[in-house]
Order: sequence, then C-alpha cells, then structure tokens
Amino acid sequence: MIGPIDLLSSRRGPDPASADGYREHPRRMGFFTDTSVCIGCKACEVACKEWNHVPEDGLEFTGMSYDNTKGLGADTWRHVKFIEQRKPLGRQEPGLSHQLVSPISFGGYRRLDGHGEPGPSRSAPNVAAPGGATAPGTATAGVGGPIDFRWLMASDVCKHCTDAGCLDVCPTGALFRTEFGTVVVQEDVCNGCGYCVPACPFGVLDKREEDGRIWKCTLCYDRLSNGDEPACAKTCPTSSIQFGELDELRERAGRRVQQLHDGGILDARLYLESPDDGVGGAGAFFLLLDEPEVYGLPPDPVVPTRDLPRMWKLVGAAAGALLAAGAASFAGAGRSAGRSSGAES
Amino acid sequence: MNETEVTREGLLHERPGREATTGVVAGRRRSREELMVEPARFQSYYGMPVINKPVWASPDIPGYFFLGGLAGASSVLGAGAHLTGRRSLARGGKVVAAGAISLSLVALVHDLGRPERFLNMLRVFKPTSPMSVGSWLLAAYGPAAIVAAGTEATGLFPAIGGGATAGAAVLGPAVAAYTAALISNTAVPAWHDGHREMPFVFVASSATAAGGAGLITSTLADNAPARRLAVAGGTAEVVLSRALEHRLHPDVRKAYHEGKAKKFLQAAELLTGTGIVGALAAGRRSRIIAAASGAALLAGSACERFGIFWAGHGSSMDPAATITPQRERLEARSSRAARPGGTGRG
Ligand code: SF4
Ligand code: SF4
Repeated sequence: MIGPIDLLSSRRGPDPASADGYREHPRRMGFFTDTSVCIGCKACEVACKEWNHVPEDGLEFTGMSYDNTKGLGADTWRHVKFIEQRKPLGRQEPGLSHQLVSPISFGGYRRLDGHGEPGPSRSAPNVAAPGGATAPGTATAGVGGPIDFRWLMASDVCKHCTDAGCLDVCPTGALFRTEFGTVVVQEDVCNGCGYCVPACPFGVLDKREEDGRIWKCTLCYDRLSNGDEPACAKTCPTSSIQFGELDELRERAGRRVQQLHDGGILDARLYLESPDDGVGGAGAFFLLLDEPEVYGLPPDPVVPTRDLPRMWKLVGAAAGALLAAGAASFAGAGRSAGRSSGAES
Repeated sequence: MNETEVTREGLLHERPGREATTGVVAGRRRSREELMVEPARFQSYYGMPVINKPVWASPDIPGYFFLGGLAGASSVLGAGAHLTGRRSLARGGKVVAAGAISLSLVALVHDLGRPERFLNMLRVFKPTSPMSVGSWLLAAYGPAAIVAAGTEATGLFPAIGGGATAGAAVLGPAVAAYTAALISNTAVPAWHDGHREMPFVFVASSATAAGGAGLITSTLADNAPARRLAVAGGTAEVVLSRALEHRLHPDVRKAYHEGKAKKFLQAAELLTGTGIVGALAAGRRSRIIAAASGAALLAGSACERFGIFWAGHGSSMDPAATITPQRERLEARSSRAARPGGTGRG
C-alpha cells in the first residue's frame, strides 16, 4: 500500500495513485464544487451523514448566519458555508430598493440615507461579518451600495490533495491513497496519534473523542468501489457538487469560469485546480466568487512536508551540534581534574 | 437525483453540469466599471480558524518533548563522564536518561487515542513523517539508554554497558532534535514558520535540561562538564528562541506573546537565567547551590517546551496567523509577476 517514497521529496506529480504505488488503477476521481449555483440547502451534509453513519456533531446555534455546523471535523465531512455581503452579484439588481431598511440589518431597522434614528434598540449581532461587510446595518461606501447584497454559499469538503500533508505524516499508514487517487483513513489501523490533524493546511480532520481515532471524508470509497458516485454529489439538487474524472472536471470548470466572466461575474475564480499550487492541486477543487479566506479557506496553502527535507538537514545539524557541545564540555577538564572519587574505567 | 455510475471504463449516465448564471440576467444591467475589485485587507470566515487545532494534550506532549530532550542530552553527558572517569556524573547521566525516556514513552502512549495500538507506529517506516522516524529512533535508543543505566547501576556486563552507553550517546542527540521536525512539519504557523530555528532551540533546551540534571546528580568534583553544558545550552536557548520569534510574521509572532505561551516563555527565561547565574557563581563551591541551579535549569527547559507548545495552539486558533502571511505571499508573487525584472517582496 505504501509505495516507495523519495527520502527528500513528498511531491507526487500528476498521477498520485501511481506515485503512491499502484501499477494499474482507474482514472483519478474528484469533486468540482461550483459554489455559484449552491443554494445552501445542506442536502450534502445530510446525505453524507446518512450514508457514512457520521454521528451528530453538536446542536448549536452560532447566531452568525445559517451556518450552525461551523467547520469540518471528525463528525462533519461536508460543511455548507453562508456568507452575507453588501456586494453586487454580477450585473444583477437585487430589487431591494426600499431605502429605509437594509437587507442585512436583521437586528433592527436603520435608515440608510444617514438620517433618522436606528429603529428598535435590539442590537445587531456583534459578529465581524465576513467578506469585508461592516457591522450589519451600516451602509458601506464604494463597492456595495446600500442596496447591494449577495449570499455566497459553498459546500466544503476534504480536498483529497495530490501532496497531502495528512498522508505524509501518518506514522501508522492508516491514511492511504486509494486507486482513485483519493486519501482515506483506515479506521482499523489508526492509533489516534493525532499527527494528521495539524498537518492538514485546511483543517479537515479531527479526532472523535469517544473513539480516539481520526475521521474524515472518504470520497465515498465504498460507493466508488461499487461503481456509484459519492452520496453528496448524488443528492446535490443544483449540481453544485459535481463528481467525475479529475481531468474532465478541470476542463468543465475552466469553461464555467469563462461563462461566468462573460456574464459579468468577474469574481468567479477556481481554487486548488492547478497542479502548480502548494498542495500539487487537489482532487476536490472549487469555483469561488470571492477570495478563499472569505470562505475560511487558506489563500495560499502549502503542504508542510514541502519544507521537510530542509528540516531534516537542520535536525541533523542540530543533533551534531549537541554532540559537539557535549564533547566540548569535557574538553580541557582532563580525565581526572580535581576529582575526589577514585579513578575508574 | 443523479444516476451516474462509476465504472472502470469511466462514468456512465453522467448528468451535465448545470449552467445557471445567477446575476447575469435580471433587471438593469450594471456596467463593467461598476464591478470593481476591492483593495486587499484582512478577511476571514466569521473570525473562525482556518486549520484545526492540534489534538495533542498538555502535559503529555510538551512533557514528552522535554523528557526526550533531557534523556538524549543526558546520554551524551553520561558517556562523556564515563570516558573521563567522572563516576557520579556518568551514573547520573545514564540513570536520568533511562528514567526520562521511559517516562516520555508513557506520556506519548498516554496521548494516543488508542493506546493499545501504539505498536502500529512500527508498522511502516516513512521518512515523510517525523513521528515515524522518531518511533524507530526511540525503538533503538530506549533499550540502549536502559541497558546503559542498568549496567551502570549494577556494575554487571561492563562491556555491553560500554557499547550501550556509546550507542545511546550517538542516538541521544537525534532523539533530542527530531521533535523539532515533528512540530515544525505541521500547518501550525507558530511551529512551521519557525522550522529553521526550532531544531537548534530544541537541542539547546535539551542541553540546558541535561546540564541541570547533571548539576543535581554529580559531586562538585565531577560537575564541571554539566555546568559548562548547562551554561552553553541555557544561553543558546534564550538567544535562539528570540531569534525564532524574530523571523516570524507579526501575526504569527503574536502567539508567543499571549496567554499561556507568554507566561511559560517568560518563566523559561527567568528560570534559565537564574540557573545560569547560580551555576556560574557557586556551582563549583556549593553542592546545594549547584543543585538549586540545576533545578532552575530543568524547570526553565520544561517551560520553554510548554511555551512553544501553547504558542502553536494559539496560532492554530487565530485565522490571521494562517491567512495574512499567505495573502502577503500571494500578493508579493503577483506583483513580481506583474513586473518582470522587478524585485517584489518575498
Ligand atoms: S491534507 Fe487535509 S485536505 Fe488534504 S487530503 Fe489530507 S485531510 Fe484532505
Ligand atoms: S491519528 Fe491516525 S490517521 Fe492520523 S496520523 Fe495518527 S495514525 Fe494516522
């Protein structure tokens, strides 16, 4: 299962399944999540939990948006994000022309022309709104006039990286590369050392406390092996989550970005589709309508192992320095300088 | 519902992707000029962290770093004393090494989610995983350190004891240093971005601890090497950990100056400084002051590891620590690309 790994490199190149030891394997499979058509229904979260028997991940009310799931972890393998912004969506007029009420001042009324009193004094939720919108109820200048408004929704998932930090650091081999090029944990091998958790640049994996092991998206390895597509992609009503052969998905995504640009949605961009990025490209990549960090994604992720060759060299140098310092601390003191106990050895 | 089938030949019955273009056709059309790009500033998703915080627990894991370092450097001290005939220091070094490495293994196994599966660590050997390399290292070093201590304490099998002592002294520094790669090889900004200095901070801290332990266990006549190692290690630890922080992006460095990290690191400097002064001033005259200085140095070294541990925790929970350096890196790259021959930052 574990192929030969070059001592000083964790780079996999375009074909991770072969790089990780498969002689024959199917084409690399992945997800293309086109967030421009996501409607935030969370059907993917539900389908994933149902199919994979993922336990409940806490019933919490965050108060920040419709997102009460919060983030990926041991018990959340698909996570739908909600972002409310005072920005235009392409050339669309939102039709919210009533001047007295801000569409996102859900904590009270406020006149947007700068005159008059704020309405009933229930204070607006005190969260820093993402995407640069200021506190709810406050009109911003420049981009995003008072009537501009858009919702960004995006279903996040394990990226099934080409150069996967989690896979590189797992000391037991519990994390492995499947023949489809995806990254999966074998729960009967994982000893819960927890190394993979901080090694993932995207915050995908976590430890399930009751059971001491690590869990994450398997890209429905069981379904793929039986010739079916992953549960989330199958259930997605708008095809925001598209499953397929990675090469084909990349082409499709490129056309889609062009189509959106032509339509005036210049914000559209692809994230993690390029094999030249810091994780060697991802098996699950995204079309986003704002900077990645607005969606809680790192803007320029790099697999930590990329710097490991240098770290090993420095570790060697440091170990040598300790040995030398130890030897030096005996130098000059001679074999028996001022000792009171008798000679020995 | 989708009816796509995955087959070895490819996808069958694939549904074409939807082509809805929300925002393109509705009402008045905006001109292209109205679709401006905003200037860069810090943005995040409701202030939530980008990465998941390490599940490693305190005191297990920082304790494991400290004990591993103490053991590794003590083996060096023990072997040197063995060669130069300083009996009390040799005995102290070897016994401390064996005790510390045994305790550190207990801490490591205790931190596993499935302790009964700890032997799975030796299922594979992966150079890309410092934990895998470390497990094999410990599998070789642990027995050597324990045999060295056992033969020293009992006086039995001196030849085997000599070999084990030498083996432990060679492997010990690697045991002390590899944990730096272990924490640096993560996406935690306060750890990863300090990866150049971390191994040197770790071995310096190990030397401080082993020197401190040597000051406690050895007689005044034997303690000179322990004193020197402690003073050199302690000084290097203070200087190098400052150098580490200095290199970091301000949004990452912050983690070293907040909360538990700050308290532990301040205590580390104070204790290590006190220990150095005590060892230099009276370490060769008073056994009591030597032992007290040794205790301060041990505590200083431990605080250093706990401080670094908590700094990593703090930075993993701060979205700015992850996002800002990456954003600036991206911008530097794109401004370099925009001006070929220009000298962008980076
Ligand atoms: S590093 Fe993170 S995103 Fe990449 S494959 Fe591993 S868990 Fe998934
Ligand atoms: S916690 Fe499990 S899957 Fe993660 S690195 Fe450790 S053994 Fe591997």
